[in-house]
Amino acid sequence: MAEQPTGAPPAPEPGTGPTEAISVHDVTRVYQRPRTSLRSASPPVHALRGVSFAIPQGQRFGIVGESGCGKSTLLRILAGLDRPTSGSVAIDGRDLTGLPERRLTFVRERLQLVFQDPMSSLDPRMRVGDIVAEPLVAQGHGNRRERVAELLEAVGLRADAADRYPHQFSGGQRQRISIARALAPRPKIIVADEPVSALDVSVRAQVLNLIADLVDELSLTLVFVSHDLSVVRHVCDRVAVMHAGQIVETGSTEQVYEDPRHSYTRRLIAAVPTLGRALSGVSAADLNREQRP
Amino acid sequence: MTPAPGTAPAAATQDDVLAVRNLDVTVGGRTLVEDVGFTIRAGERVGLIGESGSGKSLTALSVMGLLPEGLRASGSVRLAGVDHDLVGADEARMSRVRGKEIAMVFQEPMTALNPTMRVGRQIAEVLLIHRTRPDRASARAAAVELLAQVGLPDPGAAAQAYPHQFSGGQRQRVVLAIALANDPALLVCDEPTTALDVTVQARVLDLIVRGVQDRRSAMLFITHDLAVVATACERVMVMYGGRLVESGPVREVFTRPRHRYTQGLIGASDLTVVDDRGRLATIRGSVPPAGRFPAGCVFRNRCDHATEVCATRPEWIPTGPDSGYACFHPVPGSAAPGATTPTNQEAGRG
Repeated sequence: MAEQPTGAPPAPEPGTGPTEAISVHDVTRVYQRPRTSLRSASPPVHALRGVSFAIPQGQRFGIVGESGCGKSTLLRILAGLDRPTSGSVAIDGRDLTGLPERRLTFVRERLQLVFQDPMSSLDPRMRVGDIVAEPLVAQGHGNRRERVAELLEAVGLRADAADRYPHQFSGGQRQRISIARALAPRPKIIVADEPVSALDVSVRAQVLNLIADLVDELSLTLVFVSHDLSVVRHVCDRVAVMHAGQIVETGSTEQVYEDPRHSYTRRLIAAVPTLGRALSGVSAADLNREQRP
Repeated sequence: MTPAPGTAPAAATQDDVLAVRNLDVTVGGRTLVEDVGFTIRAGERVGLIGESGSGKSLTALSVMGLLPEGLRASGSVRLAGVDHDLVGADEARMSRVRGKEIAMVFQEPMTALNPTMRVGRQIAEVLLIHRTRPDRASARAAAVELLAQVGLPDPGAAAQAYPHQFSGGQRQRVVLAIALANDPALLVCDEPTTALDVTVQARVLDLIVRGVQDRRSAMLFITHDLAVVATACERVMVMYGGRLVESGPVREVFTRPRHRYTQGLIGASDLTVVDDRGRLATIRGSVPPAGRFPAGCVFRNRCDHATEVCATRPEWIPTGPDSGYACFHPVPGSAAPGATTPTNQEAGRG
């Protein structure tokens, strides 16, 4: 299929409303595994199978699913790091699909990523100041030193952090550094892939509060991907539940948690251990029993 | 000297499977684990919680005699049915204990399995090494039976497969089958479900709990996840800065914490309670690197209640046979959890 955008120049398409930060229409992504036999090709992997959703500006949108559900593929496509096999993706009303790499700079300005493991996403040989300034270099901003100091302060780090290296910081501080880097080019959309999964409980709460503060202050649109339903429930207004390359349910977080419609969503919610449920007598056997209706 | 925290007042009873006394772990001049003591009885499931750097994994590794090169344990670790102390025991003695009386399940199953060996043979191996089965054929049959017990479909075929042919959750079940093979007196689990998806975690947790219940094994379960520990264990010990700071029955510790760190941890992990701006309760600062905790109370530089007295080391205050805490300014006994955190408000966002 691979729809070509009608106008390659960067004019917003009239059809997609300007209020939508992200719109995804019927996206599929098929991978070919390396062949394991000389006689026949490996069966294709359908990582995404007809995914559609729209995120209005300013919304906090959660994507929940287990490993292999396609959420990472979806994120890569949103960030312009991968291309859909068919379907279309628009950021701020501008279609990405079919644009050549050099035309994607607007995506890098509008949308930035925060990853799960700050240790592997921060270059260990670069000073923190240079890490945070790097997106600015790529985009030719002046006055970088001042902007870096401002960003470090915004994420709750001292200005002298700029002269140190990532390994000199704790996990939570490193995640603050990656958030500062993501905010550097003044994006309007932050896509966070499991940003607190590797953090300790006390630090997780701090980083979640920081993300919430920044989203409010800077009026950001947040796409928050997690396997942890309790975290998504706390952070997001709306949630999409992914399973086997498809969105099986979407709705307001309250509605999806209180009244899940899809059987997979029900199974997922039933399997989550919580302190409250455990203290009211829910055992490991109970969490598991709910898996098999 | 202060009494060993968590040490039951009575001397070791017949029922005690594991008795840890005055355990220290040091490297160079730094103390990473300090004066840890506790006992676990047969059939008892005990959780050890704490954030990274709290010393919980080092405590488990000392019990199993698997401390990394350069780290030294001192104190005493006694296991029922073993006639020597596990602290300072040489590798020859420890390897007779490990896999038989003590078995373990770690976070990453792929590092625990041999990638070049069929899993059935890996299970049979622990039975043959410890001579709990007379011959290869019966060990192999027992391996298939164990794979069935951990719920792998078609256990006969699974025994013939290699580790890479399994998913993460299935691999962890194979590791559990190996751990349970010799009906260990003590099963040590270190973050066994942390890398797994929620539905798979539910399955593996259920299998672990059932496995130890069926064998009346004692369990030491290490995790940073309070909800997991509350689901799988009856008793919990809270560790911070290399020390036990609080312990007691799960319900008591999680509903009426006494130590300020436990209180903070529960507040920070409860995502349904937010202040009027929709923000979570937090503990200020971060966990210091190993060996850089303050003297006296290890939590005092992050504690809102700390005073000068906290510069001296708080004594262990027992509140029951297996419970107690070490804090100069404990949460008042009758207070509800999180009483000092901002207005409790249900799940809403500001």
